[in-house]
Amino acid sequence: MASLKDLRNRIASVKATQKITKAMQMVAAAKLRRAQEAAESARPYAERMEGVLANLGRVYKSSENASPYLIGTGKDQVHLLVVATAERGLCGGFNTNIVKIAKLEIKRLIKTGKTVQILCVGSKGYDQLKGEYSNYIVGQISYKELKAMNYAKAQEVADAVTEKFDSGEVDVVKLYYSEFQSVISQVPTELQLIPASFDEEDAADDADVSYDYEPGEEQILEELLPRNLTTQIFRGLLENAASEQGARMSAMDNATRNAGDMIDRLTLQYNRSRQAQITKELIEIISGAEAL
Amino acid sequence: MAETFKFELVSPERLLISADVKSVLVPGDEGDFVVLANHAPMMSVLRPGLLVLDGADGEKSYYVNGGFSDMGPSGLTILAEHAADCADLKGDALQAEKTSASEMVDTAEGDAAKRHAAERVACLEAIN
Repeated sequence: MASLKDLRNRIASVKATQKITKAMQMVAAAKLRRAQEAAESARPYAERMEGVLANLGRVYKSSENASPYLIGTGKDQVHLLVVATAERGLCGGFNTNIVKIAKLEIKRLIKTGKTVQILCVGSKGYDQLKGEYSNYIVGQISYKELKAMNYAKAQEVADAVTEKFDSGEVDVVKLYYSEFQSVISQVPTELQLIPASFDEEDAADDADVSYDYEPGEEQILEELLPRNLTTQIFRGLLENAASEQGARMSAMDNATRNAGDMIDRLTLQYNRSRQAQITKELIEIISGAEAL
Repeated sequence: MAETFKFELVSPERLLISADVKSVLVPGDEGDFVVLANHAPMMSVLRPGLLVLDGADGEKSYYVNGGFSDMGPSGLTILAEHAADCADLKGDALQAEKTSASEMVDTAEGDAAKRHAAERVACLEAIN
């Protein structure tokens, strides 16, 4: 049985921890709002881009000299997996969930005899993957120094991807990130970047209009596809940023609540032992008096 | 009063402006062009330069770098890789932009890239 002093110390230490988790939760809430705003303001660009691409892409998908970004290299041997995670921990299962679906895919690819390359964005994913798959990791991009995700970072990731793709090193590129749905729900997602995938339905609304292109349609498409890659990566990273804060917020909320429960339990235990000690002292005094 | 149409300027980070305007001067890759209401649908790649719009509250200019314009039935949309209001672009921000532009001149490969870089520098010089 712990002494009263031990219990008092424990209560004080749990209270201190609770203060920290509470503060972290509030910081995460503030950051989440900012991340969500950023994700929302990036949406119009991404949507327009997708619409235009879907329009052009549908026509050119079947053409013979279509860009490899659109139809792939014709091979399916080397897969590059871009695993985007957070730079910090203490956010529940956020990083683990992303890494988990990436690992599933890695195992599947290895089993079917494909070559796997992994590009880690954010150090947490790298930490989790380096144990098992260090041979496959071809690069790591960190964004620790950034206060908020920006387009330049997405460009850096995209440049790394295009460099590999243009040199013919990889055939298929996939991005792993977490889609933000709400504070309590972040869905780890796989998105195929190359060959480009897009909703055919997006194109439907102005498909009948005949456009003038300047320069030619193919040049525009050629220009657009790498840009679309960056946009998609940027979107994924922004979603990730919002998800990370959401996950951290709910993890810290849980931690704060747990600490509260723990304090209640310890306080009860403390009061009981205090009471027991008083009773014991009283009995000692009374029985001492009776003996006289 | 001249007819107006819907104009939107978006960069990857945010929507810069969404307004009804009378005309927009767009720095197209093959030369500047002005878009008025009821323009035929067209799509064009942009070069770095100034975008001037004539809207309800007078002329306003924006600096855009890369991207493309999409004139559709619903209006004109400019998707710029990088865009900024010229009024905001001064001091440090302008200086940083100039530095990156002159770096671009040094590292550019190929005629088109060199031309773009040079135009970007010229355009930035003109703002000041």
